[in-house]
Amino acid sequence: MALSRIASSSHASNLLKPLSAALSIRRLISSDSTDPLTIETSLPFISHKCDAPPRAVDTSASELFSFFRDMATMRRMEIAADSLYKAKLIRGFCHLYDGQEAVAIGMEAAITKKDAIITAYRDHCTFIGRGGTLLEVFGELMGRICGGSKGKGGSMHFYRKQTNFFGGHGIVGAQIPLGCGLAFAQRYSKEENVTFTLYGDGAANQGQLFEALNMAALWDLPAILVCENNHYGMGTAEWRAAKNPAYYKRGDYVPGLKVDGMDVLAVKQACKFAKENALKNGPLILEMDTYRYHGHSMSDPGSTYRTRDEISGVRQERDPIERVRKLLLAHDIASEKELKDIEKQVRKDVDDAIAKAKECPMPDPSELFTNVYVKGLGVESFGADRKEVRATLP
Amino acid sequence: MATLFQGLPSSTAFSSSNKFNHAPAPTSFSGTWNNERKSSIVTVRSDARWSPVLNSATHKPQRLITNAVATKADSSLASTSSKPGHELLLFEALREGLEEEMERDPCVCVMGEDVGHYGGSYKVTKGLATKFGDLRVLDTPIAENSFTGMGIGAAMTGLRPIIEGMNMGFLLLAFNQISNNCGMLHYTSGGQFKIPVVIRGPGGVGRQLGAEHSQRLESYFQSIPGIQMVACSTPYNAKGLMKAAIRSENPVILFEHVLLYNLKDRIPDEEYVLSLEEAEMVRPGEHVTILTYSRMRYHVMQAAKTLVNKGYDPEVIDIRSLKPFDLHTIGKSVKKTHRVLIVEECMRTGGIGASLTAAITENFNDDLDAPIVCLSSQDVPTPYAGTLEEWTVVQPAQIVTAVEQLCQ
Repeated sequence: MALSRIASSSHASNLLKPLSAALSIRRLISSDSTDPLTIETSLPFISHKCDAPPRAVDTSASELFSFFRDMATMRRMEIAADSLYKAKLIRGFCHLYDGQEAVAIGMEAAITKKDAIITAYRDHCTFIGRGGTLLEVFGELMGRICGGSKGKGGSMHFYRKQTNFFGGHGIVGAQIPLGCGLAFAQRYSKEENVTFTLYGDGAANQGQLFEALNMAALWDLPAILVCENNHYGMGTAEWRAAKNPAYYKRGDYVPGLKVDGMDVLAVKQACKFAKENALKNGPLILEMDTYRYHGHSMSDPGSTYRTRDEISGVRQERDPIERVRKLLLAHDIASEKELKDIEKQVRKDVDDAIAKAKECPMPDPSELFTNVYVKGLGVESFGADRKEVRATLP
Repeated sequence: MATLFQGLPSSTAFSSSNKFNHAPAPTSFSGTWNNERKSSIVTVRSDARWSPVLNSATHKPQRLITNAVATKADSSLASTSSKPGHELLLFEALREGLEEEMERDPCVCVMGEDVGHYGGSYKVTKGLATKFGDLRVLDTPIAENSFTGMGIGAAMTGLRPIIEGMNMGFLLLAFNQISNNCGMLHYTSGGQFKIPVVIRGPGGVGRQLGAEHSQRLESYFQSIPGIQMVACSTPYNAKGLMKAAIRSENPVILFEHVLLYNLKDRIPDEEYVLSLEEAEMVRPGEHVTILTYSRMRYHVMQAAKTLVNKGYDPEVIDIRSLKPFDLHTIGKSVKKTHRVLIVEECMRTGGIGASLTAAITENFNDDLDAPIVCLSSQDVPTPYAGTLEEWTVVQPAQIVTAVEQLCQ
């Protein structure tokens, strides 16, 4: 089933043909150029109870260039995390996002840092997209004090308050009501911002999704629910878990849009459309058709429930970074060499961050008791008799 | 001080001697039948007369005034108009606290089932929706997991929601949100997010409400790190704790009791906020420390009257703060009396009393002359039949017997 889907989307791999037909003159565009460039998405949007946005996406050379660089950084970061896990520097759970980078990057391109994003445990790249640094990522993964959550959260608990990234949640689906709460707060304070609540195809079968959807639709909350459909809920394929795998339709009265999640421009267009709509009409569901190359987590080889051919097939046909690379080359925005240089630089940045994170110390034992409570009304962590102070809250 | 009625006859054997001073003034109760869907509150009109209760299960309901506070001799005498403060019922005190905080801070909002237009199933939020609007007093659909999650998500951005569970037992459906998101987010985010929510609702064993509507969730929630738990028992501490909980930056679970909503008492006119982590000294004494909270406070005070008659001098402390325990006040008391009796409504296994016993034993073992006795409810689902339900919960007679045994 999954294989047939890949085969049917193979026509999308030939990007050059429609583009070179549209562009009659090939010109050398500087990679810093912000002149508008219009590119068509490879697949049309499929909509449910709403009008689909146009396939022609407004972008620019510099934006495409930044897409490439950011996605390459994310890809390199996840692969480095894989090696660190195998070297036992990262322990516990490590859910990698490689293959799905277009969703994080495309979403960021369409919104501002005042809009809120909340996601589940596959959050390393979303954190980077929201302004997190590589040092904070590797520090947190290795449990060091320079990590985003001071080493106390781990892989599944990245947060960035200043850019409205609300995490980072380990329990499947539990972030969806939280996302509704963020949208509720936005409506309460009358801000013109939206909340993107991301969940997976596995979480799409959770009751709390429908409860939250009902409330969001009832009160017209500016919540956009994004289903990152990578077709597998850990080891269970979507057709074995969901009676109706058309996740964009499952909102029933809530409009939905199915998007090619491996095409960063399509994601950008869909998120832009969703933001405009949510501010006017209330919640919306976006289903991003995407794919993860790694298994569910580092403990899952990822090949017991899908064939290696399938994985390599997607990598060849639909890889988001390759797509952007071809676009950049086709529009002469950058040369092969420049792109290779960027990849080298990215590799170096990641290695530097890892080296720096390795030097960072582990948290001090007193950190065990910090941040359990917020200091207020005199809450201190005493020993039982109130004489021995175990920790004073910062 | 507040008074409570025992609707059903208890098997307490009162001595017929009326040695002690008690104030015979009437304290009236307004009785209401609340016939709404999930619960009923029973209140009984009183008069001032005190008569001895015979040991018979078929005896008519007796009117009792629990006034065993040794230091106050004349507190409830005279007419109510000349005293400072104003009288109200416990649910009105909660509402007053809530209203004052909502006026003070526009970020405070309420969400729960039937809190808005209906006014709250126990009338705690009555009139607030008309005053503050539908968004600030939000009627949610019946989706505890999600609206609790929603409240927590809103709190992450700076709002201060008060999430009402119509009955604490329904919050079991929101356990994931309360444990993982409410309790742990401040820690796992490295201190970035505060969750200043208040989760409140009535719990405890009521009058024949059935097993599922008589749960004591404080025993299930007590292990969750990062939350604070408080239990109110009088109109005075209900208002104070409500205000303190709303102002706290930490998530606070405020346990109310179904049977205590119609307690009447006089509270000060001035604004006051109580401390969330402090216990309340109800009756100072010398012989034994009785630790209790919520409804059991009244059973203890009733037993205290008998004990005072028999010549004992119990020190009664309403612990109020269920997490963290106020070991300071408790420790001082233990060092004075050297005997501890815990009376709680939780079940024997894994209840608040079990944790409190462990905490006291760990810290004050040298000060104890006798093992700690913990009286808890039976480890059974609360039965419907009235007599059975009565035996599930600790009764004053059992408290008296326990103190007598402890003080031998």
